Amino acid sequence: MGKRGYIVCLAIPGKIVEIDTKKQSAIVDYGSGTKRKANVSLVEVRIGDYVLVHAGFAIQVLDEKEAKETLALFREMLSLQEDV
Amino acid sequence: MFSLRDKHLADDIVSQIKKADVNLKFMHVCGTHQDTLVKHGLDVLLQKCGIEIGQGPGCPVCVTTPKEIEEILSLAKKGKTIATFGDMTRVPGEHYSLQQMKTDGYDVRTVYGIEDALLLAEKHKDKEVVFMAVGFETTSPTTASVLLRDPPLNFSVLCCHRLIPPALQAILDMGEIKIDGFIEPGHVSTIIGVKPYEFISNNYHIPQVITGFEPIDLLMGAWMLVRQKQQGKAEIENEYTRAVKPEGNRKAQQVMKQVFEPVDIKWRGFPMIPQSGLRLRNKYASYDARKKYEEELEELTEKEFIEPVGCLCGDVLRGLISSKECPLFGRQCTPDNPVGPCMVSSEGNCNIQYRYSKK
Repeated sequence: MGKRGYIVCLAIPGKIVEIDTKKQSAIVDYGSGTKRKANVSLVEVRIGDYVLVHAGFAIQVLDEKEAKETLALFREMLSLQEDV
Repeated sequence: MFSLRDKHLADDIVSQIKKADVNLKFMHVCGTHQDTLVKHGLDVLLQKCGIEIGQGPGCPVCVTTPKEIEEILSLAKKGKTIATFGDMTRVPGEHYSLQQMKTDGYDVRTVYGIEDALLLAEKHKDKEVVFMAVGFETTSPTTASVLLRDPPLNFSVLCCHRLIPPALQAILDMGEIKIDGFIEPGHVSTIIGVKPYEFISNNYHIPQVITGFEPIDLLMGAWMLVRQKQQGKAEIENEYTRAVKPEGNRKAQQVMKQVFEPVDIKWRGFPMIPQSGLRLRNKYASYDARKKYEEELEELTEKEFIEPVGCLCGDVLRGLISSKECPLFGRQCTPDNPVGPCMVSSEGNCNIQYRYSKK
C-alpha cells in the first residue's frame, strides 16, 4: 500500500465499512488494522461489500459467493477432466 | 476468503498438466502475474511440465515511450509540478529521470493515484500541476472519473493510457513468436469484461483465459489453456469469476467513453499500434497537458527519440527474449541503476527476475 511499493496494475481486496455518499468515498478495511479511504464513484456499493481497490478507487465489487465456491469449482473441473 | 491456498489442489493441477504431456508457449501481459509466477517458482514448475509462460507488453511503465518520458521531463523543466506513480519517476530519459530532476530541485511528487494529484492542485492554486497518467484499462477510469468532476484549471493530465486487446492483436500480427494461449489480465478484465477478447480467439484461433493473481489461479489458468488445446478449442474463458463479471464494470466503461477516445499510438519496443491508446476528447482539452502546453512541448516535435544504448527492453516486451538474455541484465542494469524501464518498474520483467533471483 505504500507509495514506493505501488504497482500500477495491482488491486487489493478490502471490505467497505463506511460510506460517504455525498463525496462518493468510503472507508475500506484491508484487515490487520489497515483502513484507508477509497473513491467509490465507479461502483455501486453497500456497507459490508468487498471491493477491489486500485490507485485509490474501488474498481469492482467482489462476489463473495463465487469466492467461497472457487476452490470447490476448480476441484470439480479437475475431477471431470480426470474422468475423460 | 479472497486468498486461495490449497496445496493438494495445486498438486492435482500440476499432475494433470504433466500428464497432458504438452509443449506449449503461453503469454501473459501483467506485472502482477509475472510477480506471482516468479515469486512462487511457478514459471520453473510449469516449464518442467512443458509450458513456458512469458510476459508480453504488460507493464504500463515499461511500454511508455521515450517520447512520453521526454514530454514529462520537459514539463518538469519548465517549472510545472509533476505528479505521478513512483516507478514512473525513476525511468531514465535521454539524460536524466524525474527522480534525478527532483534532487536538482524541480517539483516532482510521487502519488498513489490521480486523486492525490488533484488534491495538490486544489491546495496549491499557484502551481501548475501535471499528472502523468499511465496504465491500462484498470487505471484509465480513475483518470476519467476525476476529469468529470471539473477539476481546477491549474490541473492537467499527460495522458499515456493504453488498451490491452489491440496490443494482443499487434503481437499476433507481428508473428515474431509462437503463442499457444493468452493468460489475460484479471484486473483489466474487471473493467472490460469478457467480450473485448473474443475477436482474438475467433480470428486467430488462440485460447485465452482471464486469470486471477493467486498461485492457484495461475496454475488453473494454465490448466484451462491446456484443456482447450487438447480439445482443439479456442475460446475466451474466465477463471477469475470472483472479480470479473462477463460484462465488466459498465459504469467504468461509461466514464472512459465519455472522457477518452481511442488513438493510434506507439508502445516501447513496438511500432505504432492502431487504436491502442487513449486521448482526452476535445471537451476536456483544457485538461490535456499536450494541448495546454503545446508551445512548451514544441521543441520535441522534430526530435528523434532513441532507446538507451544496449537496452533490450523492446525485445523483452515483445516476448522475444527473457530478461536474463539481455547482456546488461544484472551487470550495467540493476534496480538501483536501471538502464531501461523493465528494470525500474516493480511490474517489469527484469525487475521481478532480478528481485527474486537475488534472494
